[in-house]
Formats: sequence, C-alpha cells, structure tokens
Amino acid sequence: MTPRSRLHVPSPPARPGQEPDFSYVQISPAGAVNRPDVTAAARDIENLSVEMVRVLGEDHRAIGPWNPHLEPEELQVGLRHMLLTRLFDDRMQKIQRQGRISFYIKSTGEEAVAVAQGMALQPGDMLFPSYRQQGLHVVRGHNLVELMCQCLSNTRDMCKGRQMPIMYHWGKGNIFSISGNLATQFPQAVGWAMAAAIKGEDRIAASWIGEGSSAEADFHYAMTFAAVYQAPVILNLVNNQWAISTFQGFAGGEHRTFAQRGPGYGIPGIRVDGNDFLAVYAVTQWAAQRARQSGGATLIEHVTYRAAAHSTSDDPSRYRPKEEWRAWPLGDPINRLKAHLITLGEWSEERHAQLHKELDAHVSACWKEAESYGTLTHGPTLDPLTMFEDVFKEMPQNLVLQREQLQALRSAEPDLARPAPPVAQEG
Amino acid sequence: MARMNMVQALNSAMDVMLGRDPRVVILGEDVGYFGGVFRVTDGLQRKYGEHRVLDTPIAEGGIIAAAIGMGANGLKPVAEIQFADYIYPGFDQVVSELARLRYRSAGEFHAPVTIRTPCGGGIRGGQTHSQSPEAIFTHVCGIKVVMPSNPYDAKGLLISSIEDEDPVVFFEPKRIYNGPFDGDAHKPAVPWSAHPRGEVPDGHYNVPIGRAEIVREGKDVTVLTYGTMVHVVEAAVRALGVDAEIVDVRTMAPLDVDTLCTSVCKTGRCVVVHEATRFNGYGAELVATVQEHCFWNLEAPIQRVTGWDTPYPHAFEWEYFPGQARIAAALRQVMEEAE
Repeated sequence: MTPRSRLHVPSPPARPGQEPDFSYVQISPAGAVNRPDVTAAARDIENLSVEMVRVLGEDHRAIGPWNPHLEPEELQVGLRHMLLTRLFDDRMQKIQRQGRISFYIKSTGEEAVAVAQGMALQPGDMLFPSYRQQGLHVVRGHNLVELMCQCLSNTRDMCKGRQMPIMYHWGKGNIFSISGNLATQFPQAVGWAMAAAIKGEDRIAASWIGEGSSAEADFHYAMTFAAVYQAPVILNLVNNQWAISTFQGFAGGEHRTFAQRGPGYGIPGIRVDGNDFLAVYAVTQWAAQRARQSGGATLIEHVTYRAAAHSTSDDPSRYRPKEEWRAWPLGDPINRLKAHLITLGEWSEERHAQLHKELDAHVSACWKEAESYGTLTHGPTLDPLTMFEDVFKEMPQNLVLQREQLQALRSAEPDLARPAPPVAQEG
Repeated sequence: MARMNMVQALNSAMDVMLGRDPRVVILGEDVGYFGGVFRVTDGLQRKYGEHRVLDTPIAEGGIIAAAIGMGANGLKPVAEIQFADYIYPGFDQVVSELARLRYRSAGEFHAPVTIRTPCGGGIRGGQTHSQSPEAIFTHVCGIKVVMPSNPYDAKGLLISSIEDEDPVVFFEPKRIYNGPFDGDAHKPAVPWSAHPRGEVPDGHYNVPIGRAEIVREGKDVTVLTYGTMVHVVEAAVRALGVDAEIVDVRTMAPLDVDTLCTSVCKTGRCVVVHEATRFNGYGAELVATVQEHCFWNLEAPIQRVTGWDTPYPHAFEWEYFPGQARIAAALRQVMEEAE
C-alpha cells in the first residue's frame, strides 16, 4: 500500500454518558521534584516542565524541597481568600440566573492559582489577568462591593457601564483592565515588564492565559519578547483542560506539556499541580525571585480543572461527562488546603463552617450595598451621556455633537431607554 | 418549504453544500462536536464526520490562514469566527493574503474561502461582543462582503458565498438569529415562523451576491439599510406613516448600485441606516454613491442614522442602538427639508 497522510483530529477521553478518564494527566508524587537554584540555566532544568511540582501529599502533609514553609496564619489567610472567591462566584452566578446581571464567569476549582500567586507576589507587582482570576482582586483587598457594582453596570461601576460583567480593572491595586479578547494581555505584560527593567525598578509583571487561548499568536509574541529581553515577568498558563467545548488536545496538549514550550523559547517551564496551594505559591516565589534577579521570565503551567461551565451562557453537559469534575485526580484546592491545616492542628471543621458562614454573610452584605447603587434592570444607572467620555482624552467635535443629539432625543423621548432585561449570550 | 429561523437556515445551507460538494469543509472554534456557541453548525459533524467539520484551536489568524491553505489546495472552506469582534487577529490574513492571492499570482492561485461571523449588538455583549465591522472589510479590494436580514436570504446567500470562487466575509446579525427584531427590547420576542421570510426551501437555491432587494415599495423617500436594521426601519416607517421605499442592501461589496440609485432617483430623498459607527462607516460609501448618481434628483440632504462613534457600551446599548426614534427623526427631517 502506498503510504498516505491522514488528518489527526484530537478526541477527548470521555464524552457525555461515558466514564471520565484522566489517565492522560501525568502526576508526580508530592515532594518528588527537585528545586533548582533560581539562577539555574533554562536548559539545565527542563525536567521541571515535564514532571509536576507538588507539595501536599496524600496524607495532607507538606513535603519536599518546594515546601514554602508558610506560617499557619498565612495558610489560613489563603484558605479564607479562596473560600471568599468561591462564595462570591456562587452568589454572582445565582444573581445572573435571576436575571439581575447579564453574564458571569466562575473560577470554581481554580482558586488556588489566583490566590496563591497573588499572595506570593509583592503588592507593587503588576498583574495582567484573563477573565478567571478574580481571586487576584480578593487577595489584593479589592472591595467586593466594587466588583459587584462592575457586574451590575451601576452608578459605582468602575467601567462606567462599558464592559460586560467580570471585566474588572484596579489601577490602585495594580491589576490591569481585562479584555474580552483572548490572550492579548500576555504580550502586554511582557512590555510592562520590559519598561520596569528599562526604568530599573524592582517590580515585576505577571499574566495569565488559558491553555485554549495559548493557541493565539499573542502567546508566541509574549514568549519571544520575554526571551529576547529576559523580561522580568511570570507567564502563567492555566491548563484547566477545557476551552468551552474543546479539550486541551485542541490547544496542542496531546504531545507535550504546555510547560515544555518554555524551554523551546529558552525560558524555564514549570509544570505545577494547580490545585495545590503550597506548590503554586512555591513556584511563583521561585519565578518571582528569578525575575527580580535579572534571570528573566518563567512559564508556569498550572494543571487544574474548570469545574464549572465556561460561563453562564455555556452548558458543559453537552460535551463532557456531567460528573467529570468529581474524577479530577488533583482534587479541590480548598478541600486540600483545609485538610492540610486540620492535619497541622491549625484548623477544624467547626472553624471552617464558622468561616463559611461569616464569609457568606459578608458576601450578602456586600451585595445588599452594591444593589443599592443601582442595577441594570431597575436603575439607577449612570447618565448614558457618559458613554461619549474616554473615547479620547479630549472629546472631539463629532462626539460633542452626537452627545447633544442623544441628549435632545432623550428629552423628546424619555421612554427611549427604559432598562431592558439582560440577555447576554456569549461563547 | 420549511419554517426556519436564521440559525436553522444557515445550518441548512451548510448541510446542503456539504452534501453536494465534497470540497466543502467547515472549521472554527467549537463548531464540531458542540455545534457552535450559537448552534449554527449543530449536527453537521455527526452527519459528515470530523474531517469535514473541524473543531480548531483558539486562533482566528490560524483559522483563516489554514482556510486559505485548504482553499489553495482545492477545498472550499467555510470558516466560522465565533464573534466578529474576534476577527482582528486574522485581519492580516484577510487583507494581505486572502483578498490578494488571486491578484498577486496573476490568477494562478486563489482561495475560495467563506468566513462566517456573527455581528451586531442588542444582546448585552458590551464592547467586545457587539461590533459591526463590515465597513472595514469593504475597504479591502478582493473580498466580497455580505449581510443577510432574514432566514431565506441567509441560506441563499450563504450557498452563493460557498459556491463563489472568490473570498466572502459573511456577517450574521446575531440579534435576529431567532426572530426579526424591530428595535424595541421591551416587546416580547417575535419568532421567524411569523415572518414570510422565515419560509425557507429545504434544498439548494441561490440568492445572488451583488443584488439588493426592495423590501417595501414607496414613493416619498428611500431608506438604504441592511441586517437587523431592516426590521427596525420597517417598524419606524410603519409608525411614522411615511411612504418610504426600503432597500435591503444585502451585499455591501459588490454593491447593487442600480437598484439603490434607481430608487433614490425615483423618490428624491434618501436616509441611510446602519448599526455600525458613523464616521467612515459603510453609510459614507452609500451616500457618496447616491450623490454621484442621483444628485440632480435629490430634494434634500441625505441623512445617516448610525451607532455613535464610541465603542458599544454594555449598560447603554439601547441609547447606543440607532432605534426607531432616531430613524423617525431622520425621516421627518428629510421630508421637511424637501417641502
């Protein structure tokens, strides 16, 4: 037979109705991976991109060279931030289902990535998140009321009603504006880091991208610029296995790990258990120290699982087993840190239940306040004429005229813009 | 004949073409197993297999570039870009490659690619899920640009686009996927089944590229519009009681100058309506064309009703959307000035 080519189409291990199968996820035992010096050459530590850095063992104890030896109080803070992030997400999802906000994206199951990393970095470090790192805002102390007001597009909305829910920003907290277009933030973070190096600052940048959107050219731009200029930046690839309906094989994850792309560019790649709070903290600390010592960028692949739908517009039961998240071999980040603290004798089920109650009440109180500043459906809203601001620093003549036209129209037709029900659909 | 909404009609067009022509392949993010985030490719992979209906990596530049390569190698790719707002990473591949391959190789190479992409606002999509970038593409020589306003045209035009030997960017106004929308978000949604253009033949037929359609005959003023705005204009005209001739442009490039200008020369007045921003929007081309051909017949300055020159805001989409009130104001003005 004459040999001929055949198109390979990746196929996920399980579809709806089938048994979940995560045998493709290569997992190293906790404590098994070496921790090289932060000055090590990228080519000498390529094993880190294949193995998996893990600290929390099956017995819930922290072991091995990557153990960051955090104080129990710090671990409790981490647990608190992760739990708050989850409860906030749960509440906002519910509120979306009630039709009070147009859209929402949860980070359920991935809280350790944003929270542990946020804690391992310095407050002056600049963060360029994608849309699933709300934990960064929680860690940096962004008032939940402000996040909720953004989702509500109300009178206190930081985006002045211009962005869909969850597209936050926080200048004071050094968190960049989230774009609805994927991957664009990755090379921008590199540019920010280059500027820090040009100015001789001690600050570094960090950015997050999904494994799915790492297929965009922006990923390549980021890696190339980071490598060429040895920019002080941490490039995080959150491999949560699913990009809406396509599994990680469609992003190129079938043949090599995503972390292995790092060494291809001359950048260290570290593959980490993304649901292990301590491991995520430790590799971030390592990469941050390396960046601050002119060692350049690090690519970190966080192996985790998108336990919730992509967004409130998505229905994952159409393309993956309904209970797949239960079979995820790296467990749940909150449960694991909680079990670790209990093992240390620094936590208990009672304290956890108490914390849950306290944070839930906090979320309720925040929501009550946020709602008092207006909702999309019942107002009050910002003055619609504000939509003409910030297109430019100074409003050009055509916009001045158009603002006058809208103003005249609103006086003539006061009914023009009764708030309509939110109907967002999105991929 | 069957009753179809726009999603079903587009699906049927691709179904027909996959069945008739083995060269046709569909590719895009989530289009395969899942059937697309708007369900437009639902069931096609099951029916035609993974080599005809391909899920792709998230890379719009990659999708369009791969489609060009497939097209150059004898296939007829239909690429979906999930939202028109996401098309820009593929812009270089469209402008510098897809549009000019035939020209730069003096006809030796070409890529008959169709790019389908949902556009327009009205779904609380904010500034990155609401754009109407058709004018940007009409400025590029070598690609055809289409935007249907109903299920019948959607199917017939998509079949024509796939059969076309030149590249086509096919915009789908997503606000009217499930029913005609007259611009009033408070009214209950109207399904396509109640609309005459929701009647769609099951099999193959063409709606030709390059032909506009007069959707309402009238003698006082011509309204040139397309996409979602066709329905908003119809409602505004009804409410105002003006005898307007409404022309659905349907194909932005190439433009059916004859139909448009014959109408304006007849009525002597013209209003141009589109959802996209105003400055250098597609309306500017329409106005220039009408002026060139109908100057001596015009009885009033041509009016444009468009989106404002700002990004599409999430909270104020109905203040942004060029709704019935603004269309009526323009119609009144062009009628008054004519007296």
